[in-house]
Amino acid sequence: MSALSQYIEIFDSHRATIEAKSAEVMNLCRQDARNRLEGKRLPQKGTEGYEKTSIEDMFAPDFGVNINRVNIPVDVSLSFKCDVPNMSTIMAFVVNDSFVPSSTLHNKMPQGVIIDSLAKVATENPQLVSRYYNQLADNDNEAVALNTMLAQDGVMIYVPRGVVMERPIQLVNIFNSAAPLMGVRRLVIVVEEGAKAQLLICDHTQNSEYRYLSSQVIEAFVGQNASLDIYDIEESSDTTSRYSQLYARQERDSQLIVNGVTLTGGVTRNDYHIELVGDNCTSTLGGMAIGSGHQHIDNNSDVRHLSAHCNSNQLFKCVLDEESTGAFEGAIYVAPGAQFTEAYQSNRNLLASKSARMHTKPQLEIYNDDVKCSHGATTGQLDADALFYMRSRGIPEQEARTMLMQAFMVDVIDMVKMEGLRDRLRHLVEKRFYGQQASCADCGVTCRDPKKD
Amino acid sequence: MKNIEDKDKNKKPVTPEKNNDIINDVTSGEYKYGFVTDIDTDIIPQGLNEDVVRLISQKKGEPEWLLEFRLKAYRHWLTLEVPTWAHLDIPEIDFQAISYYAAPKKKEGPKSLDEVDPELLDTFNKLGIPLEEQKVLSGMAVDAVMDSVSVKTTHKEKLAELGIIFCSFSEAVRDYPDLVKRYLGSVVSYRDNFYAALNSAVFSDGSFVYIPKGVRCPMELSTYFRINAAGTGQFERTLIVADDDAYVSYLEGCTAPMRDENQLHAAIVEIIVEDRAEVKYSTVQNWYAGDKDGRGGVYNFVTKRGLCRGDNSKLSWTQVETGSAITWKYPSCVLAGDGAVGEFYSVAVTNNRQQADTGTKMIHTGRNTRSTIVSKGISAGHSQNSYRGLVKVAPNADGCRNYTQCDSLLLGSHCGAHTFPYIDVLNDTAVVEHEATTSKISEDQIFYCNQRGIPTEDAVALIVNGYAKEVMNKLPMEFAVEAQKLLQITLEGSVG
Repeated sequence: MSALSQYIEIFDSHRATIEAKSAEVMNLCRQDARNRLEGKRLPQKGTEGYEKTSIEDMFAPDFGVNINRVNIPVDVSLSFKCDVPNMSTIMAFVVNDSFVPSSTLHNKMPQGVIIDSLAKVATENPQLVSRYYNQLADNDNEAVALNTMLAQDGVMIYVPRGVVMERPIQLVNIFNSAAPLMGVRRLVIVVEEGAKAQLLICDHTQNSEYRYLSSQVIEAFVGQNASLDIYDIEESSDTTSRYSQLYARQERDSQLIVNGVTLTGGVTRNDYHIELVGDNCTSTLGGMAIGSGHQHIDNNSDVRHLSAHCNSNQLFKCVLDEESTGAFEGAIYVAPGAQFTEAYQSNRNLLASKSARMHTKPQLEIYNDDVKCSHGATTGQLDADALFYMRSRGIPEQEARTMLMQAFMVDVIDMVKMEGLRDRLRHLVEKRFYGQQASCADCGVTCRDPKKD
Repeated sequence: MKNIEDKDKNKKPVTPEKNNDIINDVTSGEYKYGFVTDIDTDIIPQGLNEDVVRLISQKKGEPEWLLEFRLKAYRHWLTLEVPTWAHLDIPEIDFQAISYYAAPKKKEGPKSLDEVDPELLDTFNKLGIPLEEQKVLSGMAVDAVMDSVSVKTTHKEKLAELGIIFCSFSEAVRDYPDLVKRYLGSVVSYRDNFYAALNSAVFSDGSFVYIPKGVRCPMELSTYFRINAAGTGQFERTLIVADDDAYVSYLEGCTAPMRDENQLHAAIVEIIVEDRAEVKYSTVQNWYAGDKDGRGGVYNFVTKRGLCRGDNSKLSWTQVETGSAITWKYPSCVLAGDGAVGEFYSVAVTNNRQQADTGTKMIHTGRNTRSTIVSKGISAGHSQNSYRGLVKVAPNADGCRNYTQCDSLLLGSHCGAHTFPYIDVLNDTAVVEHEATTSKISEDQIFYCNQRGIPTEDAVALIVNGYAKEVMNKLPMEFAVEAQKLLQITLEGSVG
């Protein structure tokens, strides 16, 4: 039995329940997704595009799906450990796959901005949601179709025309349940013409006794002359698998920054599909992964230049220690007619232990002559000379290695435009290299510790 | 310019009716090797089954073990499916519509050059291959393979003095069965891939080279391959063995007549490099590429692999790919000996409707092995040119080093250039670098040339040659000149 069939079974036998606890707009897409999955399998290791990561294995354990939308009580304050000090954000939580507004969410928001439960917005304003929901995601991909088939809720972020969000939006994804669970997360982000928004997503697992799987599909629409930054930080547990797929479309003169940071986790696979459909877009895609233990991190990017005068820049860096494995597959596609394209891609990897493994496959696919495109990939270890230099000045080897590794990550961190977050990331990376998870002690926010209560 | 002597008038591609003289010039200069030689050819009926495999083996008077090898390969081939993963648009090939054996008819093997069919000599003269003994001075030993049967090998005696064996594959099977048996299929097994299995089943001839211990081959060894007969495929095998401390430089050239059907060329090249030996393998591939609308042309699906078995051995591939409707090959190095070195230098040019998916594989399994890959792709017209390469470092291969550079040059806005490198590092002491760029010829450079009175077309040729120089420099001199000219011819007419 393939992993997919257990989820199809859930859908077929509990369809009424799933639909009752969701919204009409989302229900309309289910049958089509279900049909596409007929007779299919989830990609396995070795499939083109999935050389080193088996989605089949990821989805194979018997995960529960919370189709009855049972409210699992979660102490969100525990996750304040990822709050960014010196930065005021508009915060919301997603517990497993249900939206939980924070008390201060609504009164802080500029006029017309929506940050709310996707199912709720879809019920209240179906026209708006149907315009965007499931419009970008590629349902020919089995994992996306699975998400579309089962997704009951998610987050809708809507920034109307001309609104510039002063404060960043922070979305905290939390896993916590008393049984193995699959979170079917769905995110729709719309930034209309001339609008501007910054989004910070943090993934956490609170109860790492059980296995979790996050199936996340993000659809981001960046309107004309709009600007959107997405920073996605994963700090979960080794029992958490994550398959996150981002589909973004950029209109004329728009700007997009996507930066994915994987600090801790089990098996992580991130897909970034970015379509540049209007002229003169700028797109920056960054990725940083630090692996240790048996972590597996696979980043996959596909930047599609469909229009002229666009710029894209990709930088992915990876440090792998112990038994961890990493993979990167990145593509730049330049369509016929996308003249004056400038597209760059760079992938740099450090192997810090004997048994760490890295697989990279950068790709260029270019159907046009007036372009400047390049990609580069390196896999190696720390510079022996630099290490020697530091040791000869009295820095212990371990310390020197850590410093060099930190320095290696600096240019990905520098791609972050939020100053507070940048500092915080530097701090997190440093902690990560010393083998610690960030804790409440570092946090500027004083919140109660439930264990002491 | 026209030395085309096409006997098959109705199959000749139609020259587009253009008033423009220049364009006419260019199109007639499309492919100067497109003649057909009218010599008696022994062709077996089309189709492939066990009987055909037996018939080929019988015609060649092969020993039992070789027939067994062929049959094993054939049976394995039957279980395989046509691979489709390449970035190529390959029309379905009907493997039953190909004749798997075509040989120039021989009454008795020619004893000297005088007995060789004069038509045949003409052919090779047209190709500019110094077959005649008087061209001893040109210092090259040539094995000419026509329709996958070796017709003449020169300089044999001189090489024999040094103990070097350079002969056709069938002679090798006859005269040195132990050597052939020992090495055949040891680098490219018949189970390797679809086309390798096909070749192993039906290969008709090829070249065999053995350089004994400590011998430095004093001249370049060269093979010219030519497909002549219509409706046939060419399936030859090359096997090169360089024993300890040996050195050889081997050249390979390929041409074919112009026909509006597609012909299949599925060859295998196996190279074994022992301790401290060095092999340099250069290819100038100029199979017929099809006409401007993509009719006809050769499908060039070749499996080339070298095994650097010895410590500090070295294998260097240099290729200039300008022909073939579809080129699909990855000359590879398996660096098994400690300190082995693999090199790959390639220029692949595609024009009109040509497609190429080519590159290399560097598999590092020995310690301190090094590899360099320099690939230059040039696409023009409506062609698609892809680089696909694998660099793999095995878990126990400490201290490996790889440097890869692949550049693509685009001429015209309807062509495509693609890069698909696969990098697999399973060892933390390896240093692997990959760099790729894609761009077009800058207008500044063209303007600079124009300003100095160089017409745009010449300027492009000049710039392209400069761009490919890094690879051209690696070619033996005789070939470098030819390759440079080829590059010019291939790109003619591609500048709007």
